[in-house]
Amino acid sequence: MKRSLSLTIGASLVGLVAVLALVSFFWMPFDPNHVDPASRLLPPSWPHIMGTDHLGLDIFSRILAGARICLLVGVIAVGIGALVGVPLGLIAGFAKGWFPKFVLRTADIIYAFPALLLAILLAAANGHGSVVTAMVAIGISSVPAFIRVARAATLQVVNQDFILAARTSATPKYTIALQHILPNIAPVVLVQSSVSFGLAILAEAALSYLGLSAPPTTVTWGRMLFDAQSYLFSDANLALWPGLFIALTVLGCNLLGDGLREVLDPRLQEVR
Amino acid sequence: MSVVRVLASRVGVFAISLLVASLAVFCVVNALPGDVAGTILGTNATPQAIAELRAQLGLDRPLPLRYIEWLGGMFRGDFGVSAFTYEPIGALIRPRLAVTCWLVFLSVGLAVTLAIPVGKYAALRRKKFTGQLVSVVSQFGMAVPAFLMGIILSLVFAVRLGWLPANGYTPLLVDPLDWARRLVLPCTALALVQGAVLVRYVRNAFIDVLQEDYFRTARSVGWPLRAAVNRHGMRNAALQVVTVLGLQLATLFVGAIVIEKVFVIPGLGSLLIDAVAKRDLPIVQGVVMLLVALILIINAAVDVLYVLIDPRLKSDTEGVDV
Repeated sequence: MKRSLSLTIGASLVGLVAVLALVSFFWMPFDPNHVDPASRLLPPSWPHIMGTDHLGLDIFSRILAGARICLLVGVIAVGIGALVGVPLGLIAGFAKGWFPKFVLRTADIIYAFPALLLAILLAAANGHGSVVTAMVAIGISSVPAFIRVARAATLQVVNQDFILAARTSATPKYTIALQHILPNIAPVVLVQSSVSFGLAILAEAALSYLGLSAPPTTVTWGRMLFDAQSYLFSDANLALWPGLFIALTVLGCNLLGDGLREVLDPRLQEVR
Repeated sequence: MSVVRVLASRVGVFAISLLVASLAVFCVVNALPGDVAGTILGTNATPQAIAELRAQLGLDRPLPLRYIEWLGGMFRGDFGVSAFTYEPIGALIRPRLAVTCWLVFLSVGLAVTLAIPVGKYAALRRKKFTGQLVSVVSQFGMAVPAFLMGIILSLVFAVRLGWLPANGYTPLLVDPLDWARRLVLPCTALALVQGAVLVRYVRNAFIDVLQEDYFRTARSVGWPLRAAVNRHGMRNAALQVVTVLGLQLATLFVGAIVIEKVFVIPGLGSLLIDAVAKRDLPIVQGVVMLLVALILIINAAVDVLYVLIDPRLKSDTEGVDV
């Protein structure tokens, strides 16, 4: 296996967030929702190593708790995108007739609905936004990218000799798709998952910032940025930490995607 | 296939996409449970009052009829009226559409003007420290949400240094100088994030050209490096930029919506976010449809542009009477 600096750094950063999320289930220095007016707006110091916010909430504990939602949103959104997009893309690359065209046109239409607009529609229809509407919206909007990369990769595989051999030996179509094509397009899907994961985190942060995602009691990094807005000019510390962690996580996902691409196949194309 | 036939089929696809998208918007807003009349009157309203208001707003009529009326109205520029103030939505949208378009197009322009020279520099120096530094910085740029970039810029240039206003908007025709001053920070925030993505693609496009046979030939017959890069690299880079911008368009409009919130700019984004907060469904429905239509239109335009500038597609059509 080739070595890749991007892969190492990217995997470490994403790993760090995973560790933070895991740790938060067993240990947090303070209750992330415990209001303590006596110790509000403290600079980083012991025992509040990242300081406290305008309600006296411990920022480090909230960063830990926020890592959970961050990962949850990424996993669910990428899960929806891959579970819907990959089979459709595979069939679109494999099948003949009207279906591939239909899938591609549908992907183009979904593409015109970015996560934010979908989330706004769902929030408006529902009466309020929530983490669930945000995740569903982000997931749906990531479907077209998965369709495109899965189809492009399938098209590269589908005319190779071993597929032809399988076809001539009357192997059922779904066996060809599952046993021959899917393993061959898996690397591309993995790279896309990593890129989409980063985009999902960016989208959730934007939704939280607009007040369209988590309710105030749920701790997310985007929500922390939203709350920090009124204190930006006096206490930039409040915005520094969530902003830093969002950027590092997304950077990690992008580098992980680059690294995977370098290691698995340098010719892979990315779709954002 | 001749260019005309390609273009005609693109237009057809575009019209169908628009129709399907409008159906999707209408269904999500209207088919889910919950009702504008109930929201307006609050929890204490009697069923009779709700029924009266529903009739007054036209909500008691069958959905397909309302869909067709809504669709037909939009063709005439009539987006219906706000559920709360009864203002015509078309009149609310028009001045704000201009604001958002300025924001998006100026940002794209700035991003492209930044990304092409920077990407070219990074490609030519790709094995030197400075070239790699550009790549690292662009990786960081891609990881920062546009609204965070906006917050950082306004913190530094408006609050600490006081060089530019932190928020607000002045129409171009009222005071061009103030208009420009107020757009600098939001456009820069959007352009930096967008430009970071573009730099990567421009860099790769130039690197691809540097390894081509025709580039080596140009150099070996005595073309200076700069001339050869500009002659051959620019076209490849331009093609990449158009493709990526097409793919990123939705992201750009969304970025503009969030940036409007950061800098308190009265564009479509702030209209939309306010409407969601008040649950003014007709406005949400109209503005979302308008943005989706804009994305589809520009997407179709990028497709057409691609047909026109890609030499491979053009060579197919040579000799055909267009």
